[in-house]
Parts: sequence; C-alpha cells; structure tokens
Amino acid sequence: MKKVRAGLRGFVIILICVIEIYPLFWMLTASLKQQSEWSEYPAYALNKGFHFQNYADAWTRGNMATFFKNSLITTLVSLVFIVIFSTTVGFAVTKMKWKYRDAVAKYFTFGIMIPVAIALIPLFQIYSKTKLLNTHLCLILTYIAFGLSLSIYLVKGYLRSFPDDIMEAAVIDGCGIYRLMWYVLTPLMKNSIVTVLVLQFFFKWNDLLFSMTFISDSKLKTVQTGLLYFSDEFGSKNWGAIFASVSMSVFPMLILYMILNKAVIEGMTAGAVKG
Amino acid sequence: MNKVLSNKKAIALFVGPAFILYTVLVMVPVLWSLYYSLYSGSPGLKWEFAGLKNYINLFTDKNFLKALGVNFKYISVVVIGQVGFGLLMALMFKFWLRRCKTVVRTLVFFPVVLPTVAVGQLFAKIYEIQPNYGLLNSFLSKIGLQNLVQPWLGQEKTALWALCIMDIWVAMGFYSVIFYGALLDIPDDVLEAARVDGASGFQLFRRILLPLLWPMVITSTVFSFSGTVKMFESALALTKGGPGAATKSLSMYMYDNAFTYYKVGYASVIAIVIFLICVVGSAVINRFDVKDY
Repeated sequence: MKKVRAGLRGFVIILICVIEIYPLFWMLTASLKQQSEWSEYPAYALNKGFHFQNYADAWTRGNMATFFKNSLITTLVSLVFIVIFSTTVGFAVTKMKWKYRDAVAKYFTFGIMIPVAIALIPLFQIYSKTKLLNTHLCLILTYIAFGLSLSIYLVKGYLRSFPDDIMEAAVIDGCGIYRLMWYVLTPLMKNSIVTVLVLQFFFKWNDLLFSMTFISDSKLKTVQTGLLYFSDEFGSKNWGAIFASVSMSVFPMLILYMILNKAVIEGMTAGAVKG
Repeated sequence: MNKVLSNKKAIALFVGPAFILYTVLVMVPVLWSLYYSLYSGSPGLKWEFAGLKNYINLFTDKNFLKALGVNFKYISVVVIGQVGFGLLMALMFKFWLRRCKTVVRTLVFFPVVLPTVAVGQLFAKIYEIQPNYGLLNSFLSKIGLQNLVQPWLGQEKTALWALCIMDIWVAMGFYSVIFYGALLDIPDDVLEAARVDGASGFQLFRRILLPLLWPMVITSTVFSFSGTVKMFESALALTKGGPGAATKSLSMYMYDNAFTYYKVGYASVIAIVIFLICVVGSAVINRFDVKDY
C-alpha cells in the first residue's frame, strides 16, 4: 500500500515536470519538421528528419539576424548603464552621508509601482519631438530609466547589511571615494550585480511594448517585435520557419539558464520576493 | 571616514546622471499623463481642453467597460491559478520529493525564462485548428474526443481561458520555486512536533504551514496582481485581443486609443485608471497581511 502511494506521488511530480517541459520540447522538434509533415502526420508526431533549412530561412528571409543584432545592442548597452547607475546610486543612498539621501532613495523606489503604460504616451511625444523615434538610442534610454528603480532597490537591500569596517579600513589606508567604490565595493557586490544583470537582461530582452511603440522601421526592430511581424507575414503557411524563429529567440535565455541556473533562479525570484 | 563619505562632488557624480534620466523619462511622463488626460484629441490634431470630460466618458464607454471586465476576469483567474498552483506544487515537492530536488526545481522553472512573445507564438500553434490541427486538437482527436476539437482562439467563450491557461503555465513554476524556498526554511522540528501532537495533514497545513507562509503568499499575490493588471504582451502575442474584443485588456484599449484612433487625451485617462487599479489593488491585498494570524 505504501509503495503504491509513493509511486503515485512520484507519478504526479513527473507529470508536473512533463507539463512544464513538453511544450518546449515540442517546439524544438517542430522547428525541424518539413512543411509536408504537418499535413501528413498529427502535430504531436516527432520530426522525421532534421530540416535545418527552417533556421536558415528564419535567419535570412525572416530577418532574424537583424532583429538579433538590434536586441543585443539595445539590451547590452542598457545593461551596462543600469549596473553602473544602480551600484553608484545604491551606494550613495545607503553608505554616503548627505542631506537628501533618504528622500532621493524613496524617489527612486517609487518607480517600482509605476506601470509602463502610464508613461508610454508622453514618452512617445518626447521622442517624436526630439526626432529620436526609430533609433536605438530611444530604446536604450527608456530601458535604462525603467530599469533603475528595482535595480537600485535590490542593490540597496544588499548594501544595507554590508559591514562598514571594510570601508573604514580602506579609507584609513588612504583610499579615496572613487577607488573605494571601484576597487573595494564593486568586487564585493558581485552577487547583487549578477542578480541585477539577470533580472534586467530578462526584462529588456523580452520588452515588447516600448520597441513596438518607438520602432516602426523593420531594420531596427528587436527580436520580440520582429517575431510578431514575422508571424504576420509567414505565420499561417510556413510553420517550420515560425517554430525555428521562436526557438531562436528562446535560445539566449535557455543557454543563460543552463549555465547560470542557480543565479538565474535567484535573480528572477529576487524581483518578486524583495521587490 | 566621514569626510570621504560626504564628498559632494562624488555624490553628484554617482547620483546625478541616473537622477536626471529617471526624472525626465519616468517621473515627468507620469505627471504629463495627468495633464494630457484633461485634453481631448491628439497634440496638433483637434487638441482642446476638455476638463474632466474624458473621465466622465469612461462610464458610458461600452468598449472601456468591456475591457475592464475582461481585465478583471483575467486578473482573478490568473492570480489564483499562478499562486494556487505554485503553492500546491511547492507542498508536493516538500513532502513527496526525496530525490532529484534540484532537477525538479530546474525543470519547472524553465517556462519562466522564455520570452513572452515566443510563448504566445508557441501556444498559438498549440491551440491551432487551421490549416492543420495544433498540438491540443491533434491529441484530442487521437484519444477519441473528436467533438472537443474546436478553434480555441477563435471563439469568444474559450479565447480568454486559453490565454489564462498559458499565463498560468508560464508562471506557476516561478511561484512554486518561491514557496518551496520558503517551505525549506521552516525548521523540521516544528513539523515534527505537530505530527507528534497528532495533527493531520490538513491541520498541519492550515495551522502551521499556512500561517508561516502567509507573508510569502501576500507578497506573491501582489507581484502576480501587478503583473496581470498590465495584461498586454501575452494577450497581444496570442490573440491580438480577439476574437472581437474577447481578450482585449485595458492596456490594449489604451494603446488603440493612443496610436490607432489618435485620442491621446482619452488614452491617458485609461492609463491613469490602470495605475490606480495597480496601487489600490496592491494596497488592498497588503491589508490581508495579518501579523498575528
């Protein structure tokens, strides 16, 4: 009886894992199917061969190469600045001594509550007046500005429990504020920087709202807007290419997750638990 | 020490650029929206002061009320689904799982890292009926449930549910990992003591685990709520708001008004409504965080 029960429990857990993983697996096999397989076999059938042509189609004809380049540029550049700004601001509002520091800290934290939708229309007007629509720059600026609140909040939470002795020792040894920041604190803040990086990479790479609003030039589209546009163009007919392009957009996240599994889980849940 | 830490120039350099960027691109637009909401039309196009007319129009706008209804239905189903299934899975992992804990945790977290648009495209093909059956319909027809085969995304009565199921699927692993972490923090002797005292499985959950997990339940609910209020990306990627307006959310309706109908003032009012729902809703949920359970 006990054995049956344990077996049943194991089965339920395996079932949960299958539910979470199977659609992903199906997508990868589907991306390697030939067009004719869709009408000849049921959708759940495995791919009969490895039709890599789908990926070549998506990469060139579907412009995925361009979309990838654009996503990489906007995401990476904004990540660099988010990390720099969130560590310096986080440090200044927790450890440095100045008059308005608590007010400024609150001011930045307030942004966590703000839904993107409310800023979207004025932002569009600002960028259209300054002729920044359809540039990488407007996406990068927006990504940085909207990434600050949560990142600063996370860094702050980490720095608050950071012992002052180390800083004191460094200062007694003649360390100035900039060297203190760069040589002493940054290496010690590695964990929180990784958390910020993972979380923000995920947010920026997945952004759809900003890029579909500010970018209409198809040469400048990012992966997410590109995917939508792509499926409108080929969606109903060329299933193989659709699955290939969707799989491609997923790969960066999957690779990151497989290498940095623990850091990714910690980073992504930090946004919910601490935010 | 204090002298180094109150270096004004360094503070200005550390805080200044971020402060300016954040003010110009986040805070100013928020206030600007309030100002826009008092005007009708679009800047440069029949742009007239309308006072509170936009706000009053909301109450008689059928499309707005419909979007509000859709959004609320979506919020309640998805929040309960994400947090509920997450909690249930975490409990299973805690009490039923002896081996492979890390593997299971890694597997159920997989969907969380996928881009929303990719998930939407994937599920569009899962629910597909034309020109070939998608995954779901081909399964149904295989196991003899031919009469259940239907255009899941093409009908008003199933489209919203299909969307909800997708968003629950994406995030339930996320919440299960959070709850699982919290469960592992509960010391074993607390559970042991309760068992010795003869607590049944349900009593154990109701009297011991739930009170200890409660703060985490509240935090997760707020997080899930603020994510679902914004309802945009997943709905756009899966159904584009259709069929008709069956899955059109407030954000999507706002977007249409701003960028398709050029009613920027009116769209700003809807944006403010979304903001208010977000703030008020989160505050209400937080009220349930009773310290002395």
